[in-house]
Amino acid sequence: MDLNLNPNEQRFRDEFRAWLETNVPEEWKGNTNAEDREDYIEYLRDWQRKLYQGGWAGISWPKEYGGRGATLMEQAIFQEELARARAPQLIGTIGLSLVGPTIIAMGTEEQKSRYLSKILSGEEIWCQGFSEPNAGSDLAALGTKAVRDGEVFIVNGQKIWTSFAQLADWCLLLVRTDAEAPKHKGITCLLANMRSEGVAVRPLRQMSGDSGFNEVFFSNVSVPTTQVLGEINRGWTTAITALMNERANLGTGVLVIFERNLEALIARSRTVERNGRPASEDPIVRQKLAQAYLELEILRLNTNRALTSLSKTGTPGPEGSTLKLYWSEMNQRTQQTAQEILGPYGQLKDFDNGMWEYSYLRARGNTIEAGTSEIQRNIVAERVLGLPKSY
Amino acid sequence: MDFDLSKPQRLLKDSARDLLARECKLDRVRTLAETDTAHDDKLWQTICDQGWMGLVLPEEHGGLGLGLVELAAVAEEMGRACLPGPFLTTLTTAALIERAGSEAHRAKYLEPIAAGELLATVAFLEESASWDLDAVKLSTKRWDRNFHISGRKLFVPDADVAALLICVVREGDNLALLPVERAADGLSIKPMPTMDGTRKLYEVTFEGVTVPEADALGADGDARGALREALEVGCLALCAEMVGGMQWVLDTTIEYVKSRQQFGRAIGSFQAVQHQCADMLLMTESARSATYYAAWAVTEGDPAASVAVSIAKAYCSDAYREVGNRGIQLHGGLGFTWEHDLQLYYKRSKSSETLFGDATFHRERIARIVVDGDTVPRARAAQSEDLAWQVQPVATDSAIEVSANPSDPS
Ligand SMILES: Cc1cc2nc3c(=O)[nH]c(=O)nc-3n(C[C@H](O)[C@H](O)[C@H](O)COP(=O)(O)OP(=O)(O)OC[C@H]3O[C@@H](n4cnc5c(N)ncnc54)[C@H](O)[C@@H]3O)c2cc1C
Repeated sequence: MDLNLNPNEQRFRDEFRAWLETNVPEEWKGNTNAEDREDYIEYLRDWQRKLYQGGWAGISWPKEYGGRGATLMEQAIFQEELARARAPQLIGTIGLSLVGPTIIAMGTEEQKSRYLSKILSGEEIWCQGFSEPNAGSDLAALGTKAVRDGEVFIVNGQKIWTSFAQLADWCLLLVRTDAEAPKHKGITCLLANMRSEGVAVRPLRQMSGDSGFNEVFFSNVSVPTTQVLGEINRGWTTAITALMNERANLGTGVLVIFERNLEALIARSRTVERNGRPASEDPIVRQKLAQAYLELEILRLNTNRALTSLSKTGTPGPEGSTLKLYWSEMNQRTQQTAQEILGPYGQLKDFDNGMWEYSYLRARGNTIEAGTSEIQRNIVAERVLGLPKSY
Repeated sequence: MDFDLSKPQRLLKDSARDLLARECKLDRVRTLAETDTAHDDKLWQTICDQGWMGLVLPEEHGGLGLGLVELAAVAEEMGRACLPGPFLTTLTTAALIERAGSEAHRAKYLEPIAAGELLATVAFLEESASWDLDAVKLSTKRWDRNFHISGRKLFVPDADVAALLICVVREGDNLALLPVERAADGLSIKPMPTMDGTRKLYEVTFEGVTVPEADALGADGDARGALREALEVGCLALCAEMVGGMQWVLDTTIEYVKSRQQFGRAIGSFQAVQHQCADMLLMTESARSATYYAAWAVTEGDPAASVAVSIAKAYCSDAYREVGNRGIQLHGGLGFTWEHDLQLYYKRSKSSETLFGDATFHRERIARIVVDGDTVPRARAAQSEDLAWQVQPVATDSAIEVSANPSDPS
């Protein structure tokens, strides 16, 4: 056991840190308000392109597809350094954390060279078309139909809760290709062009107020058979690979967001009052802040342990569910702590740019997205602990 | 970065598990828990023959000179076996002697401790039952080149079997660490019967006990610093024990829910049961991450080490109790019996929760650094600049004014 960075990791860290010093634009550093800018999305695309051109995108992806060919540990260092430098967030997280790794694992040579580098350069944004109105936790019950017609599939159906669909160029789309087969055996995964004729996106407003997710309708959309990721009717395997990657990779991304959030909360606790003195001097507040801090540190440690084991085994397994379970519930507890410390200020839309109001509401979705906490516990119980199936 | 046990560390852990599975079976634990001292010479000698008592002690004093990660690996197995007796106590005392003692003290005490010939304990707690160093009130006076102690220490572990007691006393603003032999004139002990039979506690009364000035530990050094560090070593070994205990409760519960049938199927197929098990796993693994990280940080002299120890102890204190709660719940009535071994672990989790400070105590310790400090230590190593997480001043355009200066670290 050695938690020091090894010489390679250290070199990587130093190089990236130096690069960030000269490349993160001054005006954006620590700007919590950046989302309000009209050119925000364009800005984020530019930022992604800059990272890519500097050789700092797809840290653990193979070199031949535009990645850096580095280790998962370096990928984690990359995330930490971004946070440290207060760099803008990465656009296209679906492509980076979920679609890319799945294409690397299951894609044909043509698919890899066609899609991967454009994810890294920010040129193409992806969304994940899995959930449907009648297939959420029971994802394999999905009904969006694809019928083969020579060299194309004709897709009809509806997806829902599709994050980033309003921006996306491509969609990792799960469809039913064999209605007769048992539900897990008739699914196919397609790489679908969101600009195709017959694709309609209708934004849904999230309770946090922003339009993060959407409904996506497919009517007679044709997708070439070369766009199958994995094998026809074996799309469930592709879906699981994608979900495992999502759970394994999201953890390192959220860590840096949570860190900044807690940092701001601690600073805030010194300026809001409780019982006539700064909240930071109140014993109960101190207990809660310390608890939030220790839980966050343990998230980092759990993540580092998982990365170590992932580096050794190569493929993310069901243990990712424990990480997802941990960070989603942790963030809800921490946001509640923030609300308790800030009182009615925490609910204001123009106090700290509304970050507490937003963070509290957004956290509510954490235990639903990327698989609900109940589903994660089912997975841990059945696939990690080996308990008999419950249904 | 490699956050996993190395091969030698794993071998050490596996061999500890095998040995304890043979030599410290639960019926033995149960019998010992019901004796006066929970100490067994033969078991003790078996443990010491492995070199475990000297695991982290320097080689020149008969130890193995290994680090705290190795200690944690062995202690985890002790916790899994629910090993009774004075290991943890003697370990903490040795850590104190190593840090506060003169060369003569180390030569005199450490080798017999490493060999298992000398059992020792630290008399720290008093009526306040607080682990804060400032809570030590028992004071000492000096005359005739002797320290004189009169008063009481409470909750002293294993005082009946320990031939040596290091008594922590106040001398003005300083702390003094005074070695007292069990047989000293004026010293008497009385058991404090308690929930956990595997770790016995005593009231120790000093009536005019004298200790020659020359014998005091840490006389010309930093007694507080040494004491804080030694308590951290003990605390860390305890956390590792707690992780092992959680693992036993988890394993035992999983095995049970797979076999116990109700409503015509294994209870482990009910989600209400499954979800409790998933949480038990998450708590156990999180406790393990926190503990091994802290062990590594202390070994490396990492600036975040003290916070890391408090993170581990705060988390383990809550988690072991909660894993125990769920383990018993999932065993139904059987879990509530004297016959089932779960009760041994449940009680051990309670005594471990308060030993070296409970979760509330350690969270306050964390707050003193994280909430009061200018920089927040981060649980990652490398160079010290990495450990600092700058707390940014808040923008001043907000609705409320700064109402006071941030409090001073106390
Ligand atoms: C912010 C956000 C972003 C999202 N982004 C995307 C996206 O980009 N792409 C995408 O495809 N999807 C996305 N989703 C959808 C998300 O994956 C689903 O909402 C989730 O899987 C739950 O499905 P559902 O909403 O149909 O709820 P349901 O499956 O109907 O669940 C309702 C309740 O029943 C419980 N439940 C269901 N089945 C079981 C069971 N077997 N055991 C125990 N309890 C059970 C659930 O845990 C939940 O509490 C997003 C969701 C959110 C909130």
